[in-house]
Amino acid sequence: MILNNNHKALVTELTPMLEKSSRSFYIWIAILTGFVTLGFVAFVIQMVQGQIVTGMRDNVVWGIYEVNFILFVGVSYSGAFISGILHFIQSRRKNSVSRIIEIITVLCLCIGPIFILLCIGRLDRLHYLFLYPRIQSPITWDILAIMTDLVGCFIYLYLTFIPDFAILRDSDHLKIPAWKKKLYKTLAIGYHHTPSQKKRLHKITKTMSAMVIALAIVAYTVLAWIFSLTLQPGWNSTIFAPYFIIGGIYTGVAVIILVMYVVRRTLNLEKYIDKSHFTIAGLVLLVFSLVYGYFTFSEYFARWFSHKTIDEKLLNTLFTRYFWTFIIANYIGILVPIAILFFKKLRTIRNITIAALIVLIGSWLNRYLIIIPTLETPYIPIQDTRIDYVFYSATWIEWALVISGFAAFMLFFSLLLKIVPIIPLSGIIESENESTTITNDQ
Amino acid sequence: MEDNKKGKSTNRRNFLKLGLMSSVSAIAGTTILSSLTSDDETSGHSHSGEKIRLLTTDGKIVEVDAKSINNYPEAHITPEESRKGIPNKHFVMVIDLAKCKNARKCVEGCQKGHNLDPDEEFMKVHLMQDHEEGAPYWFPKGCFHCDQPPCVTVCPTGATFKREDGIVLIDNDRCIGCKFCITSCPYSARQFNWGHKDKYDDKSQPYSPETSTPGTVGTVTKCDFCPDLLRQGKLPYCASSCPMGVIYFGDKNEDIVTNGDETVRFSELIAARGGYRHLEHLGTKPNVYYLPAVNRQFPLERGFNVDEKIMDRYKDVPLIKKLKEEGKL
Repeated sequence: MILNNNHKALVTELTPMLEKSSRSFYIWIAILTGFVTLGFVAFVIQMVQGQIVTGMRDNVVWGIYEVNFILFVGVSYSGAFISGILHFIQSRRKNSVSRIIEIITVLCLCIGPIFILLCIGRLDRLHYLFLYPRIQSPITWDILAIMTDLVGCFIYLYLTFIPDFAILRDSDHLKIPAWKKKLYKTLAIGYHHTPSQKKRLHKITKTMSAMVIALAIVAYTVLAWIFSLTLQPGWNSTIFAPYFIIGGIYTGVAVIILVMYVVRRTLNLEKYIDKSHFTIAGLVLLVFSLVYGYFTFSEYFARWFSHKTIDEKLLNTLFTRYFWTFIIANYIGILVPIAILFFKKLRTIRNITIAALIVLIGSWLNRYLIIIPTLETPYIPIQDTRIDYVFYSATWIEWALVISGFAAFMLFFSLLLKIVPIIPLSGIIESENESTTITNDQ
Repeated sequence: MEDNKKGKSTNRRNFLKLGLMSSVSAIAGTTILSSLTSDDETSGHSHSGEKIRLLTTDGKIVEVDAKSINNYPEAHITPEESRKGIPNKHFVMVIDLAKCKNARKCVEGCQKGHNLDPDEEFMKVHLMQDHEEGAPYWFPKGCFHCDQPPCVTVCPTGATFKREDGIVLIDNDRCIGCKFCITSCPYSARQFNWGHKDKYDDKSQPYSPETSTPGTVGTVTKCDFCPDLLRQGKLPYCASSCPMGVIYFGDKNEDIVTNGDETVRFSELIAARGGYRHLEHLGTKPNVYYLPAVNRQFPLERGFNVDEKIMDRYKDVPLIKKLKEEGKL
């Protein structure tokens, strides 16, 4: 495609990150790299000394690694879900945010499974999963689902990138190093915006977007089953699969809002990511906070009302030892966002972002409450004198790795901005072309 | 090497055949089980002089020295062989709560036999109080070796498995340490080897899942019903070390259990004493049965005579709380 001057200006405007990097960008990268390195050190220590360095013990065998695993994978699935749906919606607005969502999806799907690996005692035997597979085990289903989803999401993400790579390849005016130009040329795989290519790409992308929606549902259902198929009180619940999916989307939308806010502020994209994006995302968040709150209520209400001894014991733990965690996760984490998002007057960009932050914190704690108190209240009461065997508390190794997970997400997100434009060029150019055609016709 | 191995397994098969024949034989009856399980009287003599008549599979009656049944040579059971189990057996344990006084000899015997550290317990003694008014009782608990084991279903590599003889075993060479089995066991029977210990380096014996020793870092471990002892016709460590005869062990197919002193019909014992399985409603079909703590032989307080650290475990039990408040403890 030959780019006219308008388009050239647009490319320059939307790709400020590709050409040069500011000093603060390097500092930002250095800080994040520091956190990731700390996580790596913690990982090496855990590998050498074994899981004895974590706070996990015989009763609470899965700790905050599992919490992060559910959170990241949930955000990823919700990203795939939303991005798939967006593809079916013909709206100019979606162009500005679709790339952000796609990147969140793939990054979270790459980082999330690392946390389940951290729970595994013998990583050197990981290949046994394929040497001696047992199809009866929900873990096997989970591995199959995550791997399929990962491949599907990568293909989908790549498909959406192709037109942009082609534009960048044709943008001779950009001052970018030769290796990047070569990279764009390779990655564009001979795409030249010809009508037949456009038609074919559109068809494949549409198919893939439908596929990633299905994959996301299947994969997150299987993940919820890891818990709900066991006999544990607090886990053995029939609504866990839909509850996890709703919870995943709820967290995912919050993460999208947070990323939108940061990207808009740091890259000066106020023109492209405007208030309407936040309002729409805020309304989606409102809907899901209501549904999620409903699920959370049903889950705990049924347990409380039927008051089986073991459920009562669990609820008792939740309302004593975990009182504030429970309040923050399931009251503040749901009701405050609802209050903020419900009133039109309160729906400012900043407020919506604050609501999203509360949602993210609440979701993390909600996952914590799903995993840890359940494992602390088994059927046969724990009778042990070793306090770490009775109550779980995460060690610095675990915190370092959990934080480095978030740092890695931000780091890779920032680095990706150096290679690809955060606003899909092709989408903007195409919609502009369309509007010019419409104006010409009139 | 290969021949040697074959020879050994043939030997073992012969032994198992003997065991099987003895079980089929109506003449031998209960005396055989006791000779299968209590070996101390005959050890030291090359021949016991006691002959036992057995019915072979082709219908002939043969006489065998009781010694040859008892002292079966210890053979190495490879991980593959250990998956099959001992043919035509269905092992069960019956724990008589009326006789338990928290002497902890079962725990110690198990720890010694499996080379466990003081805080590692395959067998645990809980102090249970089912409800506020309920009489507390001592509750020894190992693995229940369920017939519908949730731990086996969820294992992604088949590292834990259910054998023909009912035993649920772990192959520590196969386990990847995902701990899914620990979370799916409703009886907290499973433990994890969190860090490295020097004893894990002991490679003097080839590893067999039947002995559970040495442990392996980053893998799961638990009570194994001591299949290595069962192959030798002995009782598990816990059963043989209990001075009160609380723990009966035997074969459901034969309908016989013994605590080393007395040998009884399993079905009659369960019927007469109201035997039950813990948390029956979960549908796991355990192979460990309990006889309720009625007409107790010892007052509960006899069990308080343990290490202070052990006693501290029971601080959340309503009775202990009450006793502490009243200053009686």
